[in-house]
Formats: sequence, C-alpha cells, structure tokens
Amino acid sequence: MKEEPKLIGLDRDQIARRLAQDIEDGSYVNLGIGMPELVAQHLPEHTEIVLHSENGLLGMGPSPAPGQGNPELVNAGKRQVTVLPGASIFHHADSFAMIRGGHLDLCVLGALEVAANGDLANWSTSEADAIPAVGGAMDLVSGVRSVFVMTSHCTRNGAPKLVEECSYPLTGQNVVTRIYTDLAVIEVGTQGFELLELTPGVQIEEVRQRTAAEIIDARAGETK
Amino acid sequence: MIDKRANDIPAALGGIDNGATVMIGGFGGAGSPVELIHGLIDHGATDLTVISNNTGSGEVGLAALIRAGRVVKVICSYPRSANSTVFPDLYRAGKIALELVPQGTLAERIRAGGSGIPAFYTATGVGTELQEGKEVRSFEGRSYLMEHGLSADVALLKARSADVHGNLLYNMTARNFAPIMATAADLTIVQAEEVVEAGSLDPEAIVTPGIFVNRVVHVSQPAHEADLVAAGESYP
Repeated sequence: MKEEPKLIGLDRDQIARRLAQDIEDGSYVNLGIGMPELVAQHLPEHTEIVLHSENGLLGMGPSPAPGQGNPELVNAGKRQVTVLPGASIFHHADSFAMIRGGHLDLCVLGALEVAANGDLANWSTSEADAIPAVGGAMDLVSGVRSVFVMTSHCTRNGAPKLVEECSYPLTGQNVVTRIYTDLAVIEVGTQGFELLELTPGVQIEEVRQRTAAEIIDARAGETK
Repeated sequence: MIDKRANDIPAALGGIDNGATVMIGGFGGAGSPVELIHGLIDHGATDLTVISNNTGSGEVGLAALIRAGRVVKVICSYPRSANSTVFPDLYRAGKIALELVPQGTLAERIRAGGSGIPAFYTATGVGTELQEGKEVRSFEGRSYLMEHGLSADVALLKARSADVHGNLLYNMTARNFAPIMATAADLTIVQAEEVVEAGSLDPEAIVTPGIFVNRVVHVSQPAHEADLVAAGESYP
C-alpha cells in the first residue's frame, strides 16, 4: 500500500499568529481559555488591542514575572496575569454587559465541533460521569459580534471537527463567524463552509477529506 | 451612630440558619472569603444552598464547606477545578444537587435579584440543553430565554477596605461577583483587610455603597485559597 504523505499543517503558535493578523487595531477582544490564549502572544506589532477577561478585567497583560504575581489578579482561566496601562477592573454584571450587550468586537474560542450553519459545540462531551460546566461560553457566542474559532482541523483520532451537524451539546446556534485551523481559514457563510485560505503546502482536497461537510472554494480568483 | 463592625467572625456570622441560601463571592480563589467560609463551618449551619461561580479547590474554603456535608445544592457556572474532587465525587454519588447557569446569566440573575427584577430575557443559552424548561419569547425576530432573578439569605464577601458604614473597595479581580451579591442578600457579611472610620474612603471611589452591607469583620491578612491548597491544608 502506498503511504500517504505527511500533511504539513500549522502548529498552535502558527495558527495563533495567523488569526492575530486578522484582529483590527483598537479592537476589544476576549480570548477563550486554552489554545485561544496563545493569540495574546502574537498580536501584531504597532497595534493596540485591548484584551477582556470575563472575570472583570479590560487591558489584561501577560503573566507576571516569577514571584511578582498577585493571587487576586487572575484571568478567566484563573491564571495570574498583569494589567496594562489603561486597564480597568469591574464586577461580573458589568463584565457580562460588555459581552451580552454586544460591546466586544471579537471573541476567540476553541471547539469540539463546528457545523456548516455556524453552530458551535465546545462546552460538553456529554460523557456519563462528566461534571457539566459551562462558564461564560454561551454568553460569549450569544453576545459578541464576531466569533472566531481556533482549533485543530481534526481530533487527535483524526475525526473531523468541521461537520454538517454537531453531535455534542451546542454552545450556541449559528454563531461562528470564521474558523482558523492548522490546514485552512474557513468562513461560515450563508451557503456553509467557505474556504478563504489554505495553509501553504496543503491542497484543498486534503481539507475536503478531513471535513465532514461541503467546502466551497471562496479563495480570491478561484471558481466555485 | 452607624457602626457595622462585628467583633470577630463568629459574631459576624450570627443568625445564619439551617437551610439558608448563601451567596459566596470569588472567582476561583480570587475574592474567596476563606476565613468567613471556615467560620461558617464552625458555625454549624447545614442544608445550605450555595450560589457561587465555582465549587472550591483542594479541601479548604468552599470545597471544605461542601466536604463537611453542609451544602445540599450549588448554583454555579463552573463546578470543576483542576485540583478538587470534593464536589465531583459528591455529585457523581448523587449527594449534592447542581443548577448549572451560564456565567453571564448567573451574574445577571444576581444583579436582577438585587434590583427588584423578578425575571428578564436573554439570548444566552437559546437552542442549548440549558434552555430546557425555560420560557422562550421572540423580540424583534430573535429568540430569548426567560431567566429569574436570584436572591439569598446571606452573602459572604471579601473586600480590601471597608469603613464602618460598610462602604467597600476591592482588590483587583477579587471584586468579581461581590458587588452584585452584596445587593442580592438580606444579610451581607464582609471580611475586609482594613476597616476604617467614616470619611476615610473617597466617596467617588466607593465600589459597593454601605447600604448593601450589614456586617464588616476585620481580617487583616486573609489566606489565599491557592496558597492553602499548595500547602496541602485541609479544614477543619
């Protein structure tokens, strides 16, 4: 049997860097816990992007130097952070008014699955003995103007995460704007998944093989 | 003359009954009123319903209260933590009830409860499992869920500074749920690192006005949950 050539995809930092290029200067942005947190380390130079943490902080800075942290200055992942000049602190109802009232420009979230209609599943695997925990994910997807998903294209076992219909419990319906994976940048359009960009070295057929829904080629200059 | 100071933690916690609903401030360890929670374990009240974002870590603070068997139900958004098995074990054994609420809905329900608003509509949770049993109503073509305001018998909160009127300032992200919980409880009890005379705090800077606070107790060097967990401590 012929061995399949190894797919060349982006690593997590490279996905974060690619996504960060699409964040507009001056944006107010919430980065979800986990892989999306990496985006903070790759924000474009000479821009000012204000990071929001749902536990009541705008203007979140990087982790403190060892020994310099404050256990009462943490991010939504409960890790110690710092504040940047211009930061503000507020209570939870104000923080979620920013989210639910449509005041944030963008949030970046991880995913278990994204469906072609923009449904997102990212809070529960429904395992029998799992402890259900939702945090702020449902608030973010319902209230923030743009929702970027940052994820590996497939699970560790190779199962597609971009699907026709989510099998895991939904976080929100028709909420995802755009998806950044190791293989591609994909917009969720009115017709479904629209390929905007391939990772250099990756072919569209390889993306289609790893996606459990139709991929429309929407790259500039390509026919659909 | 208004003086809301309690002499010590037992005095601050006096009158909390079995079966009370207790709001506990904090987001993880940040803002968790560890000394008041330990005082509540000593106080002995049981059959409590706890409203808090999380369920504690290790075997101290909120996790210790749950471990002591005092809590029959928690209302929270994220009952897991990397270093606690107290809540998960009891939950899997069917010995504690959970009402899971999206974090923003939890905050807004508390804000509503403190503001005399019995219910409100939100888009959060529409089309998800957490919609179950809730009224759905359409406004301007979008669907919303009806959510009820939350109030409590008691709130236990942590502040950096309090004056004798109960005006409060907080420490960074330890603020989190405290200002809204203060408004939503009949009896709001605050542990503060410093307690000062009236007039010592700038009225322009007050975060929680004293009208929302009933008792203040001075805890000069509060323990941080994470430090206690790292030291392997257990309460009592």
